[in-house]
Amino acid sequence: MPQWFIPLAGLCAVMFTASPFLIANADYESTMGLVQKIFYYHLPSAWIFLLSAIVCGIASARFLFRGSPRQDRLAYAAAELTVLFGAIVLVTGPLWARKAWGVWWQWDVRLTSSLMGWMVAWAYLLVRKYGGPGSDKLAAGLALFGMANVPFVYVSVNYWRTIHPATTVVPTLPVDMGLALWFSVACFLLLFVLLLRLRVHLEEQRARLDALYLSLDE
Amino acid sequence: MRFLLRLATETRRHGVCVVRAIAIWVLLLCAPLEAQQPQPQPQPQPEQQEEFVPVSQLPAQDQLPAAPLLVVAYAFVWLALFAYLVSVARRLSYVQREVERLETDMKRGSRS
Repeated sequence: MPQWFIPLAGLCAVMFTASPFLIANADYESTMGLVQKIFYYHLPSAWIFLLSAIVCGIASARFLFRGSPRQDRLAYAAAELTVLFGAIVLVTGPLWARKAWGVWWQWDVRLTSSLMGWMVAWAYLLVRKYGGPGSDKLAAGLALFGMANVPFVYVSVNYWRTIHPATTVVPTLPVDMGLALWFSVACFLLLFVLLLRLRVHLEEQRARLDALYLSLDE
Repeated sequence: MRFLLRLATETRRHGVCVVRAIAIWVLLLCAPLEAQQPQPQPQPQPEQQEEFVPVSQLPAQDQLPAAPLLVVAYAFVWLALFAYLVSVARRLSYVQREVERLETDMKRGSRS
């Protein structure tokens, strides 16, 4: 593991410990009240979910066209993180919606396309695990579809009628709410970088193990 | 005598007409000025309560307390991240142990 990993992991832990204090100090939203504070973890998770789908897609494209195993390992790690952060988004969102909208789930464009993106990431992992020989390239093709879904998820709230808040909410946030949000975004971004590096390291060790098994067989 | 009475009546009628004409003219002049001035907004009066509604009859989202949903959301995030970290750490330690074991075996094999 690189030398920067442990200090940054410590910094990330401190930031995550501090984030609830900033979130508690942020003002209450006028119509939703306390439950709106889910937003400060929900939105950064959603952004990281979309970012990891993009990382997975780009790495898969490079693996497909250049055949680089390093890019394949990166794509595999990013797909797992897409599933993790997607699960966080798809659990915290309905908990917020139950109070704000009166329903757990609404089949509108933003929610449905997010669920689709999450299922594509699951499909990637399942193909990699149970697809047998050649499954890495099949999964890379799936990851391209997962990445193509990302802009659709992001702009969906601005183009279709939906009860999900629009993307214009973030630039209009007052200072205390904006500070809590951007601090949480920094926490989640740092965590994503660390988890991605750790997960890629696991894939590197697995590749090393496979190479050792092969050399033993020979 | 009759002539004097008619004259007095006509003079009074004419005077009333002149006063009316002046009043209408003043009103027409002042009307635009009046319209330009901001009208005081009527203060919203709280509605008179005619019945008491039990909380159980409110819409579903108004009945729910927010705190448990918030706590569950944050607890899920922390637990999911912690569980994933533990899962990666366990997989990594297993693979590293296996690598070390194989490397030791290979070294022993090359010596013998």
